[in-house]
Amino acid sequence: MTGTASHQDWPLWEVFVRSRRGLSHTHAGSLHAPDAEMALRNARDLYTRRSEGVSIWVVPSAAITASSPDEKDSFFEPAGDKPYRHPTFYEIPDGVKHL
Amino acid sequence: MSTVPATRSAALALGDDALILSHRLGQWAGHAPVLEEEVALANIALDLLGQARILLSLVGDEDELAYRREERAFRNLQVVEQPNGDFAHTLARQLYFSTYQHLLYARLAAGGGAFAPLAAKAVKETAYHRDHAEQWTLRLGDGTTESHDRMQRAVDALWRFTGEPFQPVEGLDAGLGTEADGQGVDWQQLESDWLASVSGVLERATLAVPQGPRTGAWAAGAGRQGLHTEPFGLMLAEMQHLHRSHPGATW
Repeated sequence: MTGTASHQDWPLWEVFVRSRRGLSHTHAGSLHAPDAEMALRNARDLYTRRSEGVSIWVVPSAAITASSPDEKDSFFEPAGDKPYRHPTFYEIPDGVKHL
Repeated sequence: MSTVPATRSAALALGDDALILSHRLGQWAGHAPVLEEEVALANIALDLLGQARILLSLVGDEDELAYRREERAFRNLQVVEQPNGDFAHTLARQLYFSTYQHLLYARLAAGGGAFAPLAAKAVKETAYHRDHAEQWTLRLGDGTTESHDRMQRAVDALWRFTGEPFQPVEGLDAGLGTEADGQGVDWQQLESDWLASVSGVLERATLAVPQGPRTGAWAAGAGRQGLHTEPFGLMLAEMQHLHRSHPGATW
């Protein structure tokens, strides 16, 4: 752990992996890498070494804008008592996939 | 080696390359510059170990071959036994060997000979090893003054081991129909492809292509004949110690 280019100098990246059976990329974790190309390779080694994935995205963590835990109530609570927003009153026809 | 069929002799050479480099890379565990890179090197080591197991199983009992042979019975190239050095030395060794291995395995895979099924699987792994080494060579060579100087020193230091891989390997040099003339691996073509690829990477990395000899009279094909460099004995002692002290140990 010595050297001039220390780990702390490298930006953090968020890794999204589309699994073999999945339709969308899901967040797998994060890692440090000097640039996007190396982040992609590190992600391949860290998160898909047991054949978990068929596609990887890496995104600079700094590029993500996240909701604040302080805003949790105003953001999410109003949806809680409005069951009519959920499509639970429909019968799902046989053969409809990906729901 | 005259009593050993040619394909077994070739399997031993290729298997020892993979086994010894795998062990060298494994020595980075716990010491790599960053965690992400440690996993990357371990992954490459495990790919190589998998190749070694298949190849050595063609020759005999894999544990017996890995742990009970004396130094002079190993047929690996001298480049793979060289110590890890700093990260740049490890990467230079990776660049030189994985470029060679990828070019060779691509030929074996296309040839339909005894090693084609193994090579077809391994060539995907070696493509990644080669890419990993190239990406790092570009970044270290074209990085800071410090990383550039270290990478230059590393590619210079290992250059004298880069002639040996192109000495024909018994069992790979005829009858596999891998090249256009159907006479096995064209080693001269392999060597010129290797030189073009490695020189291209070094130049893109703003590194000077080393000018020294790529082999000496003492070193041409030496590893393949069982003649190894001084650091190899130390590495072998470490690798074999447990098995020799506790035969059959498992956990």
